Amino acid sequence: MGSALGRWSRRLLVVGYLFLLVLWPSWYVVKNTFAGGVGAFLDVLQMPEVTSALTVTAQVALLAVLINVVFGVGVSLLLVRFRFPGRRVLSALIDLPLSVSPVVVGLALMLVYSPVYGWFGRPLSSAGIQIVFATPGMVLATCFVTLPLVVREVVPVLEELGDDQEQAARSLGADGWQTFWRITVPGIRWALIYGLVLSLARALGEFGAVKVVSSRIAGQSMTATTLVEARSQFAPREAYALSFLLAFAGVVCLIIVALLRAQADRSNGENT
Amino acid sequence: MSSRRLNRGAGLGLGIAMIWFSLLVLIPLAALVVKAAGGGLSTFGHVLTESETRDALLLTVRTSLIVTVLNVVLGTLIAWELVRDRPIRGAGVQEWLWGKVRVVIDLVIDIPFALPTIVAGLVLLSLYGPHSPLGLHWAPTTQKAILVAIAFVTLPFVVRTVQPVLEELDTDAEDAAASLGASRFTTLRRIVLPSVLPAILAGASLSFARGLSEYGSLVLLSSNSPHRTETVSVRLFAFIEQSNTQSAAALATVLLVVALLAIVVLDLVQRRVTRHG
Repeated sequence: MGSALGRWSRRLLVVGYLFLLVLWPSWYVVKNTFAGGVGAFLDVLQMPEVTSALTVTAQVALLAVLINVVFGVGVSLLLVRFRFPGRRVLSALIDLPLSVSPVVVGLALMLVYSPVYGWFGRPLSSAGIQIVFATPGMVLATCFVTLPLVVREVVPVLEELGDDQEQAARSLGADGWQTFWRITVPGIRWALIYGLVLSLARALGEFGAVKVVSSRIAGQSMTATTLVEARSQFAPREAYALSFLLAFAGVVCLIIVALLRAQADRSNGENT
Repeated sequence: MSSRRLNRGAGLGLGIAMIWFSLLVLIPLAALVVKAAGGGLSTFGHVLTESETRDALLLTVRTSLIVTVLNVVLGTLIAWELVRDRPIRGAGVQEWLWGKVRVVIDLVIDIPFALPTIVAGLVLLSLYGPHSPLGLHWAPTTQKAILVAIAFVTLPFVVRTVQPVLEELDTDAEDAAASLGASRFTTLRRIVLPSVLPAILAGASLSFARGLSEYGSLVLLSSNSPHRTETVSVRLFAFIEQSNTQSAAALATVLLVVALLAIVVLDLVQRRVTRHG
């Protein structure tokens, strides 16, 4: 394994790099957030603009995740259990949102849903329906960036499960819904929750795409991430408090995912 | 496993899913390309030769390349330390400590994925900004700040693609090579590297594509001044704000094509390596 000197210089390099790039800066945010004590931090969280931003973020993220779970499970079932023309193309296209810049996502949505120059946006706007610069636009942007996360988790598990049990259930007289709820859903539950938590983490933190399609009025249509940007210069306390909350939520999601992975590995071990 | 033809319920489901997918992804991306193509080739020429946009593109590509190389070297090293450099049992407190540090490293690697990009910018500002305790006043006026931001958000890619491959890799071949008199370096180059190279390249392509498209972390960390610290995504956002959709669509299409090219080229390299390996 090489000399002790080589080993320790490698270890030092890795630790030093991660300390300077991730750990030390992250620690500063915690320190700045609680610089005025826990009471001051809680006071900031009660400011109307902050609570409004948190509410908007929670609403948009939950809606997007809900849509994503329904779409994700449906598409995964279609991709794995059925043969239809265009199946491979659909499977390839599902991953597309992962490699597109958030600003490009925002622009693409604007070109279709903008009330001024959008393909559908103009007629919808004259019918009094607002997509961009309103909640539906933010939900669309968040759905776009989180789209593949559920599908990518559920598809491999469905493939591995096979459909023997589903066929058995059907041959015993279960209808489609019963088979789905009693056999399919329990089979994919860990992958589904895993995809859901990943989507939630991504949805809570989405910034670029949402920034393009929202009107960003503080206290009304600002999300937590866009408020962090708006307040970073002149009201750093709010920016730090919100950043801390978002980072905390992200890390909690990360820990849940790690625990679920271990849990899923264990139950897989029991099944085989 | 048997796959069925669509029945009525599944057909309906497919229809609904496709409508949603089209409204969300396909039609917007089509609108982007149509808009860009609508101006003809001259729009692309115009956008790409305009000096501010060209500087932004060059800066972004250059920085992403540097960070990708950095990630290939350090990311692979981190993955190696996490998988192979197990603490030696009973060899003193420093080895025990290393065991604990490895657990922390494994958690720290994922932090850039867990933090929203705007928060990443704020986080880095504390150590590399005007109030830096280290005196590293890189942000917001230097290109080094952009480098740090992209290095932060792309940190996990190479580590997390190489790590599982290293874990699966049997040490038998390495032991055999060593027992036949191969040096440590030769063993690494001839036995280990060919097995992990596809994973390294896959991580590198993800890292490069992400670097090109990074936006959120640069908003706070970079002054985004034209010709000096302005990246492509920031330039693109400025076009959108000015309602200059023609130029925005052209630049976005260029960005899409570059990202796709990076993925395709690295996929080809990866296949070549796998075939020869």
